[in-house]
Amino acid sequence: MSQKRHPRESYQNIAHAHTNSIKFVAFYQLECMTSYLDFEKPIADFEAKLAEMKQIASEKKVDLKDAIGKFEEQLKELKKETYGNLTRWQRVQLSRHPDRPYSLDYIKGICEEFIELHGDRTVRDDKAMIGGFGRIGTQTLLFVGQQKGRNTKQRQMRNFGMANPEGYRKALRLMKLAEKFNKPIVTLIDTPGAFPGIEAEQRGQGEAIAHNLREMFMLKVPIICIIIGEGASGGALGIAIGDRVLMLENTWYSVISPESCSSILWRSWEYKEQAAEALCLTAEDMKKNKLIDGIIKEPLGGAHTQAEKMYDVVKKAILDQLKKLDKLEVEERIAQRIDKFCKMGVYNEKD
Amino acid sequence: MSWFKRTEKNIQTPTDKKRETPEHLWHKCSSCKRVMLTRELQNNYYTCLYCNHHERINSAEYFAILFDKNQFTEMDTKLTSADPLHFEDTKTYPARVKVAQQKTGLKDAVRTAYGKMNGEELVIACMDFQFIGGSMGSVVGEKIARAIDKALNLKIPFLMISRSGGARMMEAGFSLMQMAKTSAKLALLDKAGIPYISLLTDPTTGGVTASFAMLGDFNIAEPGALIGFAGPRVIRETIGRDLPEGFQTAEFVLENGFLDFIVHRKDLKDELTSLLSMLKDPTAEKS
Repeated sequence: MSQKRHPRESYQNIAHAHTNSIKFVAFYQLECMTSYLDFEKPIADFEAKLAEMKQIASEKKVDLKDAIGKFEEQLKELKKETYGNLTRWQRVQLSRHPDRPYSLDYIKGICEEFIELHGDRTVRDDKAMIGGFGRIGTQTLLFVGQQKGRNTKQRQMRNFGMANPEGYRKALRLMKLAEKFNKPIVTLIDTPGAFPGIEAEQRGQGEAIAHNLREMFMLKVPIICIIIGEGASGGALGIAIGDRVLMLENTWYSVISPESCSSILWRSWEYKEQAAEALCLTAEDMKKNKLIDGIIKEPLGGAHTQAEKMYDVVKKAILDQLKKLDKLEVEERIAQRIDKFCKMGVYNEKD
Repeated sequence: MSWFKRTEKNIQTPTDKKRETPEHLWHKCSSCKRVMLTRELQNNYYTCLYCNHHERINSAEYFAILFDKNQFTEMDTKLTSADPLHFEDTKTYPARVKVAQQKTGLKDAVRTAYGKMNGEELVIACMDFQFIGGSMGSVVGEKIARAIDKALNLKIPFLMISRSGGARMMEAGFSLMQMAKTSAKLALLDKAGIPYISLLTDPTTGGVTASFAMLGDFNIAEPGALIGFAGPRVIRETIGRDLPEGFQTAEFVLENGFLDFIVHRKDLKDELTSLLSMLKDPTAEKS
């Protein structure tokens, strides 16, 4: 019912719509609109051929069942091979896939009800950072997350998912509300960084993020953080202090984007692939280095290929973790949260 | 006809008798370009005699300025950088660290110590910009975390002197998490009611600004220091226009409400002492 009061945003383009009535349209649009990344070109060619075969089969009433079946089998193999051996840079590309679900897609896909809340009560409402209370069954949760846009107009409105200080302050305001009403917090991270602008500096971008870091450690309710796309630096960390930090399989999380890293260390934008390798920024790397708590598997080809399935997996992950976190006493949970982050880091200590 | 006549041709002084100006005798201010004796500069707390420009100094100088008689106990001197990611750009990370260590004689980009300032105990962590731009990796994060622990255990104030370009890229995710680690410790310090003063010096940017440097009970700065989250070049490139004059200076940050005050280096020790003494509980017994 709340969704009626807060009309779905048009960015939720039709390829992501999931009601039965428009399934056909959605399929049709998907066919036309699916965007492929450079390394997906062979798959795209394959799929185009397959579509052509199917069309011929139906138009000319010829039986191509066997051929199509064989072709589909080969396509499956090709996909397995491509997506099973992704380089770090390819994962970065997937994390930015234009069809990838964004924060509001997840929230609406996961919750039966969601009421979005706005504003930091000081400056304005930052559209790059969204938040509100959502309900799964009888469980109310507070969601906050960076939000990207689907088309040019919305990308601009969402500032490409780059929050200003008021965004971080809005997030903290809502998290304090969650603490007040004893509701767990889920943060969804998807940002190329905190916005570097004149006003952002004037309003204390650094202070806003720093403040969130310190305050999130002391929040009495469980916090689950999920990196759903890009996790760039302080802009990501500003809402990523939690009892559990999880990454979707095809996302990245690091201190700097590969492009910026390349431009600083190699003094050129051309070394982004090497930079991605050097930064060890994938979910697998981060888990191996004990910098995150877990990885959430994505469907073959990425979250966007089966968004509905992805929402279910994420929902299950949230509820599973919540069950474990609920068992802990407040003080214990906070102590564990602090302790976990304090153990991070590798150094030598000898004479 | 000339007044003087040179009787011997060429320079006759042998090379070993040659008298050179001792190195570092003179200092040219990096701001107003005027020249002064280095000794005078030192006596003036490394600030220009003419324009008050604060030269960049390192932990050794700050410790000498702040700790009584330059007496202090340094902590965790054995911590050095590992190379968890085997990071390599145009150089390997261990090679970069080694060069920095040789050049500076330091182990990493922060030194931590405790001692007395005007008779009162405190812990000071001070960053060294000359060591890979004062960047924060695991060693910096860990040393600051342990320094905060020390302040917690001894129940004495903590002073952080920041001078850093931000997180150290070569430790990627590990560096990022040092922001979280130091903030976690500061949350504990905050809860324990122990004063934390953050002194921001030129420059303080990036992940350092976005974590411990901005979390002081008192955020103070040296005059003219560059303080910001994003660097000026990045902002200029992002918004595609020139930045206003004085943007991201300490004065700008003070005006925008993120600093408590700006303090001249020669007044630093006494100002800090006054501030901390005002916070003390007058009824508490002196131990």
